[in-house]
Amino acid sequence: MKNLLFLPLIIPLATAVLGLLAWNQRKFQRIAGICSTALLSVTAVLLLLEVQQHGILSAQAGNWPAPFGITLVADTFSALMLLATGLMGLCVTVYSLADADSDQEARGYHPLLQVLLLGICGSFLTGDLFNLYVWFEVMLIASFVLLALGGKREQMEGAIKYVALNLIASALLLAGIGLLYGVTGTLNMAHLAIRLQEMPHTGTIPVIAVLLFCAFSIKAAVFPFYFWLPASYHTPPIAVITIFSALLSKVGIYVLIRVFTLIFPQETITGQPLILGAAGLTMLFGALGAIAQPELRRLLSFCVVSQIGYLLMGLGLMTPLALAGSIFFMLHIMAAKSALFLTSGVVARMSGTTMLKELGGLYKRYPLLAVLFLVPALSVAGIPPLSGFWGKLALVQAGLQSEQYLLVAMALGVSVLTLYYLVTAWIALFWKNQPADAEKLHHLPAVRRGQMIVPALLLALVSLVAGLLPEPLFRLCHIASEQLLNNDAYIKAVLGVTQ
Amino acid sequence: MESMLAVVIGGLYAAGMYLMVRRSIVKMIFGLALLGNAANLLIFTVGRLTRGRPPHVPADGVLSALPVADPVPQALILTAIVIGFGVQAFALVLIKRVYQTVGSDDQDVMVTENQGQEKLGQEEER
Repeated sequence: MKNLLFLPLIIPLATAVLGLLAWNQRKFQRIAGICSTALLSVTAVLLLLEVQQHGILSAQAGNWPAPFGITLVADTFSALMLLATGLMGLCVTVYSLADADSDQEARGYHPLLQVLLLGICGSFLTGDLFNLYVWFEVMLIASFVLLALGGKREQMEGAIKYVALNLIASALLLAGIGLLYGVTGTLNMAHLAIRLQEMPHTGTIPVIAVLLFCAFSIKAAVFPFYFWLPASYHTPPIAVITIFSALLSKVGIYVLIRVFTLIFPQETITGQPLILGAAGLTMLFGALGAIAQPELRRLLSFCVVSQIGYLLMGLGLMTPLALAGSIFFMLHIMAAKSALFLTSGVVARMSGTTMLKELGGLYKRYPLLAVLFLVPALSVAGIPPLSGFWGKLALVQAGLQSEQYLLVAMALGVSVLTLYYLVTAWIALFWKNQPADAEKLHHLPAVRRGQMIVPALLLALVSLVAGLLPEPLFRLCHIASEQLLNNDAYIKAVLGVTQ
Repeated sequence: MESMLAVVIGGLYAAGMYLMVRRSIVKMIFGLALLGNAANLLIFTVGRLTRGRPPHVPADGVLSALPVADPVPQALILTAIVIGFGVQAFALVLIKRVYQTVGSDDQDVMVTENQGQEKLGQEEER
């Protein structure tokens, strides 16, 4: 069953190659995209079951034994993330059937999406630090092109900021990895964990930890490195932003959690005030930025930043409950946030604008669409019984147990701000009267509307069901966080020896 | 040798940073390229510099003398160079397209209209 570990890499890669070979067969590319993401989801479920039954899985590429070759590892955390990747990929591919225009598709939209998924799956599965850098670059190249595809002026301006900041992050990451290799002589993450436990943590090691923290923080859009995200995420089409906000910034957080629980647990404890401070300020500045936005997509981009803070909070607290809360919150935010993005994409398609001032009155004609926006919005704000509530509850409880009262107050305060700006946006879109000079609504054909609404509906339902029945998912998150905090099982699965 | 390379790396980082804070996007891309090269040299240097040592153990299994050369940093650098080449090629095409659509290579001019902000940079152009 070890070969199961390679499937999440092979499926998107093969689909991308087939898509490139059939460059002009758009229909084929679409069907292949849907099949590939569905298969990816199934593989992820199998992997999750396998990990639950047999513990952490690892496979050595090319049968090179562990610290020398490249290792792929799947524990509960990465299997959960893979499942989320598959589902998000599926939803976005279906949505793109209606949303991606023929120009984008002619320029290879679908194969690029698969390459992006390949990079994301690779980052979730790899057990080797340099290999992680390579997957990051695979992901980045695909995201660069997806961001700039279409060539509108604002897209170009967004792409420049995105490319520049991500390349700086890559340079920092590369320098950090090189220094770490110089100090420890290994790149395998499990092996690094053992080597660093034996060494005194003085001199260069904390510096390397900070370098890597900064590099991953730029990718994850953590304060004070978040500014590139709202400057670029509002420019590409909604389907692309959805996959970026759901997966790309979460890969940054995933890697932060993985590297800092496995390789640098000591630095995480000594650096706790810094991490928690960054978490709190990320929440606050994201929310304040969102309040000030007159445009829907920019508002939602700032909302993405704000929610990243909660994910980082779990890492900073480093307790089983906090990490489980973070993982639960990450899965919740992927579903709820994407439902919001996709619904706002439908609104933008119909009304031809995303400026809040020029929108309005949609409730009268599309009451169901209004509900479809409101449910994930309330979920993101953390209103019970939706999924956001349980994630925040776990994080707040963990914060109180660790006596971080200021941070807990910030988390709760930012929840109120989130509720405020999302409900304001909802009122602006649906409740207030349509402005007199607004354009007439475009009516979308039924099939096209279905292709756009079904993914959003599915994701909103995921958020609702995860809120009503949080127990099974939360138990998985708890197992994942226990595995993260007890490295022995991970190290044993990779190297075959206990410490 | 190490100290000389350290100075070179520091110089490359400084030059890269300086170029990146310029307003011209062409200079920014040059700066990014220099940062990447500085990181590569850094890996090369911290991977221990050895001269005239084989990286492999001979067939009779007897090590002639320590230290042996470590091939891993060079493999890492090679990978990083290839990736950097691809990324920089993309970045060059991107800045050309940006120049065509925006009509300037000054980052201050790149303020999108629908942000509700005034175009700050235009009056202050050098």
